[in-house]
Amino acid sequence: MNKVVKSVREAIEGIKDNMTVMFGGFGLCGIPENVIRELAKTKIKGLVCISNNCGVDDFGLGFLLNNHQIRKMVSSYVGENAEFERQMLSGELEVELIPQGTLAERIRAGGAGIPAFFVPAGYGTEVGNGKESREFNGKMHLLEQALTADFAVVKAWKGDTAGNLIYKYTANNFNNMMAMAGKVTIAEVEELVPAGELDPNFIHTPGVFVQRIFKGVDYEKRIEQLTLTK
Amino acid sequence: MALDKNQIAKRIASELKDGDYVNLGIGIPTLVANFIPENIHVTLQSENGMLGMGPFPTMETVDADLINAGKQTITYLPGSSFFDSATSFAMIRGGHIDITILGAFEVSEKGDIASWKVPGKLIKGMGGAMDLVASAKNIIVAMQHTNKEGQSKLLRKCTLPLTGVNCVKRIVSDLAVLDVTEKGFKLKERAPGVTLEQIKTATEGTLIIEGDIPEIKF
Repeated sequence: MNKVVKSVREAIEGIKDNMTVMFGGFGLCGIPENVIRELAKTKIKGLVCISNNCGVDDFGLGFLLNNHQIRKMVSSYVGENAEFERQMLSGELEVELIPQGTLAERIRAGGAGIPAFFVPAGYGTEVGNGKESREFNGKMHLLEQALTADFAVVKAWKGDTAGNLIYKYTANNFNNMMAMAGKVTIAEVEELVPAGELDPNFIHTPGVFVQRIFKGVDYEKRIEQLTLTK
Repeated sequence: MALDKNQIAKRIASELKDGDYVNLGIGIPTLVANFIPENIHVTLQSENGMLGMGPFPTMETVDADLINAGKQTITYLPGSSFFDSATSFAMIRGGHIDITILGAFEVSEKGDIASWKVPGKLIKGMGGAMDLVASAKNIIVAMQHTNKEGQSKLLRKCTLPLTGVNCVKRIVSDLAVLDVTEKGFKLKERAPGVTLEQIKTATEGTLIIEGDIPEIKF
């Protein structure tokens, strides 16, 4: 099976209106820039996007937001985006906020075939509204359900033609679990090498989770908060 | 004199023990890293996926793929590791992180904390705060004792949406160090020159004062 697709256009084939799509990344770190740019050129709309954040006004998922291509955002933190706030307050955009660790685990569970699990995060807060709760070891927990998606889009540093992926530094974040949780997972990578060239001892995401892979181009890797030692 | 932000951070840093794995929140908690005593070694966790966070980089060493949970560029120290978000929160939820230091809008005398949402004003999301407060073995809150209007932020009951319940163990404010006990806020130390009366006035929740209350020493 050939997982390598020739272009980003080919990579996003099959993404349609109203689908659920996961996007890897934390802030602007480790986001699939090529796929986001390409989706912004299409007329695809009504997307339910699962992503820890929603980019900034003029970068990342902010592109899709500005085009009104996103119907609902599932995130843990959405603070850096004025257009986001406007659409949320006007009711154009539906938003579901989930504690970050619960979001990560719901995605992992989705990929791992675990339909639901209990966590303590959010018990006693509005996150617990309508959820089953139960005591374990003297502590209250909430029942949380797995998340999956029609497509998961991830970004890695290195990948091979078998779909194996390696991330750099903190650009791993949500990418590794999302790769597991997509019915179809698209990986864009900075370096694409033939199978056998990456040391199998150091693979983060095994190729079984990846259906399509391509070498991305023109990575801007914008920095959200450039902070330097004084 | 009330403590400034750096003094709050310095007082909290004195709570850290050799070998601790520590998660620092955004704001005053981030400053704690500047005051870790030289004779101990602690490892800083950043919930976006690293252990062993180092200082901010120089223009030469900056890398967009290396950031902390506040999305600031950072560096890593010898012995560091990087991992995905599920592993990161397994460390937090599984009780492997010894101490969490974070800010708050309000804390109640039961140890409830409100830190993520001001209805009608600020709805940015809870990020990792709910996971952290629900699972950390020890939670210290760094905060101002009162808001800009002079109203107490140490309350009988929080008025804002909660981040977690019965979880805060200790508070270091600009006025005092207090422990959350079954009976209320127990005053442990006061900022140099701050009187008991000032602290009483600034604390709406139940305040317990027993014996002499020493001044905070640095």
